[in-house]
Amino acid sequence: MRVRVQAAAFDAGAEANGFAAGLPGTVAGAIVTFTGIVRDPDGRLQAMEIEHYPGMTERAIAAMLDRAAARWHLADALVIHRHGRLAAGDPIMMVATAARHRAEAFAAAEFLMDYLKSRAPFWKKEIGSDGAAWVAARDSDEDALTRWQG
Amino acid sequence: MRLDVLYFAWVRERIGVSRESLDTRAATVADLVAELVARDDRYALAFADLNSLRVALDQELGDFSAPLDGVRELAFFPPMTGG
Repeated sequence: MRVRVQAAAFDAGAEANGFAAGLPGTVAGAIVTFTGIVRDPDGRLQAMEIEHYPGMTERAIAAMLDRAAARWHLADALVIHRHGRLAAGDPIMMVATAARHRAEAFAAAEFLMDYLKSRAPFWKKEIGSDGAAWVAARDSDEDALTRWQG
Repeated sequence: MRLDVLYFAWVRERIGVSRESLDTRAATVADLVAELVARDDRYALAFADLNSLRVALDQELGDFSAPLDGVRELAFFPPMTGG
């Protein structure tokens, strides 16, 4: 289980290959990877600035990984999340999960994504040609957590 | 009691600093917020709607009724937008 919070860009393909190569033994039959990208559907984004809470960020994500490991039989999991100034098309974050079967790998990846959205201390600010604005949290992101509770 | 208080995102922008060290006798997070709001308009602006704010006590999410006893680091921020 690894967490990397970094300003530097990363290569999602190289990370996926490295994750697969580093798996212990041959127990895992399924790897799921998800990569989030800075989108700019209207062509107005000059930059995306991501602020975070150093210390709490790593702790919060490590706690999410612990919960995922307690819930599903994971061979391994990886979370990478960038902060700082990003451009449209840049990878923001990546989740990789490995499990014996695909259902567990998919579920754990979705769980981690849902929690990263609204329980990891990151804040996005969009810098556009018409000004800058903090991205507002969406109710649907909060609602997504309810399916993992109980 | 001496507390490190951190602010993030638009809370930081409204207050004008990212962290400060405060001396307080506030018993709870809400009491400390009331002290700050009374001190300066910048805090009143930042803390105008507590429903749109989150608080972390020693880097764990908490709520505004939480006691400050034993807490060393407090952080205020808007709902998180990671992923």
